[in-house]
Amino acid sequence: MLIFRHQDGKKLASPEQMQAWMKQTMDWIGGIAAQNKFVEGNGLPFDDARVVGHKGVVTNGPFGDIKETLGGYIIVKADSVEEAVEFAKGSPVLLGEGNTVEVRRLSRH
Amino acid sequence: MIPHLFRTEYSRITAVLCSLFGLDNIGVAEDIASETFLSAMETWPYKGIPANPTAWLYVAARNKALNYLARNQTFRTKIEEKFRSANHEELAFEIDLTDNTIADSQLRMMFAVCHPAIPVESQIGLALRILCGFGIDEIANAFLTSPETINKRLYRAREKLRACSGRLEFPAPAEIRNRLDTVLTTLYLLFNEGYYSESDDAVLREDLCLEAMRLTYLLIENPQTSQPVVHALLALMCFHASRFPARRNQEGDIILYEDQDDSLWNQELIAKGVEFLHLASREEKPSRYHLEAGIAYWHTVKADTHEKWENILQLYNNLLMLEYSPVAALNRTYALSRVKGNKTAIEEAEKLKLVTNPYYFTLLGELYRGIDDKKAMQHLRAARSLARTENDRKAIGRRLSSFHGN
Repeated sequence: MLIFRHQDGKKLASPEQMQAWMKQTMDWIGGIAAQNKFVEGNGLPFDDARVVGHKGVVTNGPFGDIKETLGGYIIVKADSVEEAVEFAKGSPVLLGEGNTVEVRRLSRH
Repeated sequence: MIPHLFRTEYSRITAVLCSLFGLDNIGVAEDIASETFLSAMETWPYKGIPANPTAWLYVAARNKALNYLARNQTFRTKIEEKFRSANHEELAFEIDLTDNTIADSQLRMMFAVCHPAIPVESQIGLALRILCGFGIDEIANAFLTSPETINKRLYRAREKLRACSGRLEFPAPAEIRNRLDTVLTTLYLLFNEGYYSESDDAVLREDLCLEAMRLTYLLIENPQTSQPVVHALLALMCFHASRFPARRNQEGDIILYEDQDDSLWNQELIAKGVEFLHLASREEKPSRYHLEAGIAYWHTVKADTHEKWENILQLYNNLLMLEYSPVAALNRTYALSRVKGNKTAIEEAEKLKLVTNPYYFTLLGELYRGIDDKKAMQHLRAARSLARTENDRKAIGRRLSSFHGN
């Protein structure tokens, strides 16, 4: 699983930039899908997010520091963590300074 | 006499009789239909073609069916039993061959033939025989196999059909979308049979496509099955079919898209396709047919614009995310080359590693053209050695000889 962390795109980018960013993402995922290694993916909008804590305390918004907010994920089929890392390097998310893509293996697949 | 009269009416008569006699007596229905045409052949050449040939055929079919019921008491009792157990008040031995009944019966036949329990190959064969009225030889020709093989396939399929259900039922509303998927897959494959057929018979190839379109259109005419996904499939078929006149030369060789004379493209079909695509967009989540129709639409625009290839690239991206296929992967990479240039496309292409696929190597061959001609020709030679048909080999050969100094 490739997990994207970046700031809320809505706040920083113009619609034009967002469209370009979306296209870059589609091309990147398309390249993985063309190799028959794409499983699924989803964006995680920042709206309507909640955090439920100890004793049922509910707060608004995604969890954590604004720079660490989860923006989405994709699941890929990779033979090794190195291969998955190579995929991750192509993510447009990384064009933004401070953004990250975390690579994690799924335990059950 | 209109072309394909017998073929068209064969499927209609069979469908109506099957509704009456039940699927397990499909053999009887087909026999009566065939005998009807036999009668026509025995009289028309000598007495002249009737003013209304269709009506003549229906009267003949009806009489033969009534005769059959009269002569076969056991059979008639079986049918009466069926009617009784299904709580029909009167025995509708009127054999109604009006427009509504025909369309209705054909639709029900489609759902019966395109049943998930029957192997897809058999579904297509059965569809061609019963729904489209094709002869065994014609079907064998289309599949590039022997009549014996087709007969065996159809026999097994009919057995399965008989085991599956008694009467020709329309699926319940809750089931329609599911069953529709199977039907659409079969119609899609039927269309592809015609479109990509290696058979020498050009007329036959086109007929297969037209039949697939006709059957898909039947679905659209019925409100219960007239769903956006069906419109998408029909749009796809229209766009592909619009290029028929331009796809092959006099010798029957394939003319590639880039080399086609677009003045031969059927604009009317393209317009129809656009109409259907528009109707299909009522559905929010695109199916694979929506995406393929979109791609096919952009191919009806011959002009080589950036916008065109951008759109095609995105559509392929979406298609691959929905469902991977080597063909889509290769075509996507070609679109990528038109958007981002050959170098980028070559990088992505080499990741695909489809080393047993001849089209993988034709793609690489074309991508390396102008960048490294030696490599390009190597790839094309590899493609030629993997090519599956004579036509493909010839086409690759032509590509090879287009390189300077070859």
